Amino acid sequence: MISELGAWAIFLLPLASFALIALVIRPFLGSRSRVSGYVTVLAIGLAFLLSAYALRSTLGHEQAIGWPSHRWLAISGLDIRIGILMDPLTAIMLVVVTGVSLLVQVYSLGYMKDDEGYARYFAYMSLFTASMVGVVMARSIIQLYVFWELVGLCSYLLIGFWHQRPAAAAAAKKAFLVTRIGDVGFLLAILYLFLQRDTAAFAGRNPFEIPDILAAAGMMTTFAATWTALGVFAGAAGKSGQFPLHTWLPDAMEGPTPVSSLIHAATMVAAGVFLTARFFPLFEHSAAAMTTVALVGGFTAVFAATMGLVMYDIKRVLAYSTISQLGYMMLAIGVGAPAVAIFHLFTHAFFKCLLFLGAGSVSHAILTFDMRFMGGLRKAMPWTYATFLIGALSLAGVFPLAGFWSKDEVLLSAWRGDKGVDSLVFWLAFVAVFLTAFYMFRVIIMTFHGPFRGGVGAEHPQPGPPARGEHDQDHAAGEEAAPSVHLAESPLVMIAPMLVLAVLAIAAGYVANPLGDLAGVPAHWFVEFLEEHAEGFSPGLAAASSAVALGGVGLAALVYGRRSPSPEAVGRAFGPIRTLLLNRYYMDALYEGVIVRSLFYQGIARGLNWFDREVIDRFVDFLGWLSRNGGRTVAPLQNGQTQAYGVVISLGVLAIIGVYLVFGR
Amino acid sequence: MTAHDLYLLAPPIALAGVGGLVVLLDLVTRRTGLVAAVSLLGLLLPAAFALALWGDVNTGGAMAGVFDTLVVDKFALFFQFLVLAVVALVILGAADYVARFQRYKGEFYALVLFSALGMMLLAAATELVSMYISLELTSLPLAALAAFLRDERSTEAGLKFLLLSAMSSALLLYGMVLVYGYTGSTQLGEIAQAVAAGGQPFGSPAVLAGGVLIAAGFGFKIAMFPFQMWTPDVYEGAPTPVTAYLSVASKAAGFAVLLRLFSTAFGAVSLDWGMLFAVLSALSMTVGNLMAMGQSNIKRLLAYSTIAHAGYILVGVAAMAVREPAGSEGLGLSSVLFYLGAYAATNLAAFFAVIAITNRTGNDQVDGFAGMGKKAPVVSAVLAFSLVSLIGIPPTAGFMGKLYLFNAAVRADLVWLALVGVVNSAVSAYYYLRVVKALYVSSSESRATVPSSPAVRLALGVSGLGVLFLGIFPAPLLGLAEAAVATLLSLR
Repeated sequence: MISELGAWAIFLLPLASFALIALVIRPFLGSRSRVSGYVTVLAIGLAFLLSAYALRSTLGHEQAIGWPSHRWLAISGLDIRIGILMDPLTAIMLVVVTGVSLLVQVYSLGYMKDDEGYARYFAYMSLFTASMVGVVMARSIIQLYVFWELVGLCSYLLIGFWHQRPAAAAAAKKAFLVTRIGDVGFLLAILYLFLQRDTAAFAGRNPFEIPDILAAAGMMTTFAATWTALGVFAGAAGKSGQFPLHTWLPDAMEGPTPVSSLIHAATMVAAGVFLTARFFPLFEHSAAAMTTVALVGGFTAVFAATMGLVMYDIKRVLAYSTISQLGYMMLAIGVGAPAVAIFHLFTHAFFKCLLFLGAGSVSHAILTFDMRFMGGLRKAMPWTYATFLIGALSLAGVFPLAGFWSKDEVLLSAWRGDKGVDSLVFWLAFVAVFLTAFYMFRVIIMTFHGPFRGGVGAEHPQPGPPARGEHDQDHAAGEEAAPSVHLAESPLVMIAPMLVLAVLAIAAGYVANPLGDLAGVPAHWFVEFLEEHAEGFSPGLAAASSAVALGGVGLAALVYGRRSPSPEAVGRAFGPIRTLLLNRYYMDALYEGVIVRSLFYQGIARGLNWFDREVIDRFVDFLGWLSRNGGRTVAPLQNGQTQAYGVVISLGVLAIIGVYLVFGR
Repeated sequence: MTAHDLYLLAPPIALAGVGGLVVLLDLVTRRTGLVAAVSLLGLLLPAAFALALWGDVNTGGAMAGVFDTLVVDKFALFFQFLVLAVVALVILGAADYVARFQRYKGEFYALVLFSALGMMLLAAATELVSMYISLELTSLPLAALAAFLRDERSTEAGLKFLLLSAMSSALLLYGMVLVYGYTGSTQLGEIAQAVAAGGQPFGSPAVLAGGVLIAAGFGFKIAMFPFQMWTPDVYEGAPTPVTAYLSVASKAAGFAVLLRLFSTAFGAVSLDWGMLFAVLSALSMTVGNLMAMGQSNIKRLLAYSTIAHAGYILVGVAAMAVREPAGSEGLGLSSVLFYLGAYAATNLAAFFAVIAITNRTGNDQVDGFAGMGKKAPVVSAVLAFSLVSLIGIPPTAGFMGKLYLFNAAVRADLVWLALVGVVNSAVSAYYYLRVVKALYVSSSESRATVPSSPAVRLALGVSGLGVLFLGIFPAPLLGLAEAAVATLLSLR
């Protein structure tokens, strides 16, 4: 059984790695010190081992391990405590977060090898991992919020890691600001919880302690539960890129590829799904909140997948795929199956991380992410091809890979749902299955099959779509990228993590949640570990979804492999729709052009400017005037004359006594 | 005088012993470092005794002794620890400064220790005459210390402090006489009974006058308006380590005795004086902050800042006096204690940074700090951080302290006072940030770096980290403060 100190160490190890790199290694050993990479790998490796031990300790304790929380700050009535909540959800998330992070760090040893900011990179990565661990372990909602914001900060730092590039700086800013919109909702939910501290639901409970909130959820009024849940969901939607706050996620590709991989697999975007699952009892208590989550999730799943159909940047396709898959997870929560959502998060972490690392490996060789300049790489990069194919099949939900099992659980939960909205989102999810299979095999064929189209050397200014996806055909490896394409496999330090992930992308689904007992793993272990019951398995549904997925694969092969009909012909046939998709439904234009430029700049900002100049500044000027002239009035008294000071003291005493005589008290 | 009395007095006696040893040691050795080290390590002895007493108080409750003139309770011990910690830091932080003195290096440490002795007694005294004598024991060494540089300004500061301190003592003594005359006792507990029986403000008009005079006497120590006028002149003229010591330890001891006297002797009629402190609090904050705005000398600036801070702390005293609602009794008092601890860390950090910089540049003007952010990054960072704490911005001790103080005021229905405090904090940002601006935005011609000895760096580090620690983990100190005020509350 893990001790509390051991559990804290899972958080403190990556934090210590951050501190060591930031305070010792970088100032004294220089920014390219190799040591920083090893320190990070070691710290996160140990954290992973401790996480695995924590998971083992949690087995059989389906209730949370009850460490008492510690008082952090108390002001009459407001009692903020910190502590660790170690329940099955936390234990599983810890293993996913530290495990995926560990593999990404090992990969980064190779990928970032020659970068100027090597030490800075690993410092940020350590802090990122520590923050995410902080989110999943938090026992108090305030504590969770602190780490939640730290995750946001780290994503800002990492997306804008190559801050010399305007696109990277802009993407970092966008990620920070868009997620902030959701965070306001989360903060309001926290404040609203505090306002409810005197209601019957919170009698004897602390409105900030997560176990107390969950226990009180059932007794809250529907109104309170709905608004608290929606506030929490707003935060989750921002971090997890749910419509309409998804626009930051594709731009976040500007960071180094391992960062994208970590953001998409285990840390940032997973935080939103985790948060919603963590507060599931709140959602469960409110039909309105559940419907909202299901609809937003289902819509996002299809909406993002459609945009993935037309992108040429391999990382952008993967980004839309992530948004779409996160929609799946939210949808699962919305139909009442948070354990299934976490199961999908679990398998998705492996295959999505794998796909990103594969994309990074490709760009490591040919220095571009634009699929129009790829092709035929399967001969030069057999390992990358094989693992990427496994990831794609897993994501497409092809039997018997990991993605198949979790996707099937999601579909089944929606199918078995008894609310009207459940069947709607089931069909949305079903459509997304087809789209996912299609765009992933479009990627496979364009990247690895056919003739090689020249890599970075062949790039030239593109006519065509003006979307922002086009101007960032920069070199993933940043400034160290020499403009030479070397068609060769990536080094072992990059391939090895991909192989591990490939194995997980194949097996993690069935082994973690088998249909029957499997060599010590009981049937439906994963879902039942998190939740009491499991939905079982429906062969008919599985067959149908597999057929649809294979249909998507087949169609992609037809269009991009056989070229009958050719992609260009298809593009022409769907002309206006294609333009709409390439412009990402004009959502960015709407946000930046209409809302930010017209509404904020012209309207609100102008008003605030007036208020600042005419009210705030005037007041400050008045204070300055007062102190200058007030000082001048009193200054003769403050003349250094001791007698004068004595007189003031005496007058002061007399004045006070006089006031007492006049006013009584 | 029994053996038990000696035990109760052990921390001050041990401190006196260390002070005497330092004087003797200074006669036989010329090594200033040794004298400083003995002064510093000697503090462990009174600290150990105080720790033992804390253990006894924890199990057996407060212990009165020495003919009922003093009590050892957690309140007294809280302040004794605070004073010892401040003295330790001042000794460390003064290392470079003292090294510049031509003569009397040993006496500097001895005087600091002797004045701390008075402060420790002041925190424990429960009887008017003992209070008065402890106060004098505190003030006289401080006057000598203020005049320590023996240049014109320092001498003037020392003389001014001595004269005005004498005058405030006279007021205090006169107040005590009136109280004694009309209640028949110098014991706080007995005075409380007589006052409660009176049925008028303070029991009788004479006691009222006495109370106001006593408030004036202590108001001088804590630099409360309108008894604050000495502060800028003395702070500017005195050696900077002495200024740091005055602003922190002397103020804390003044608050200790003020809190004990008013909450015990006048506890029953607290409504009679609550509004007095509320109004003086608002005036101290406002006057201190407005006057600080025009200052160009960093020591004068910090002197006006300390007047403003006396005002902030008095918010808690007022909140304690105006009846606190059930469930938050002691909130005002414990916030005062917490703030004194937080203020000690913050102000010491600020002064040590000022010492480190001015020791090198020899320039007390704010302009002299220009460009220090590049030349002395660590010292500047600590100074900027402590100024941020003085404004009251998280994550600093000052923020937490103000949060507690203003919260106490709101709970005690003194919303207007909390508002005055908040507005004042915002206004104060103007002059604190001017220093930060000088550090980081302005540039300067000179290329001088700011080297400092390990002792000063240690003092700077400990106080700076203290500001950060209290800003993030206020619970431990607040827990001690709550334990300390529990005894005073039970007497009410």
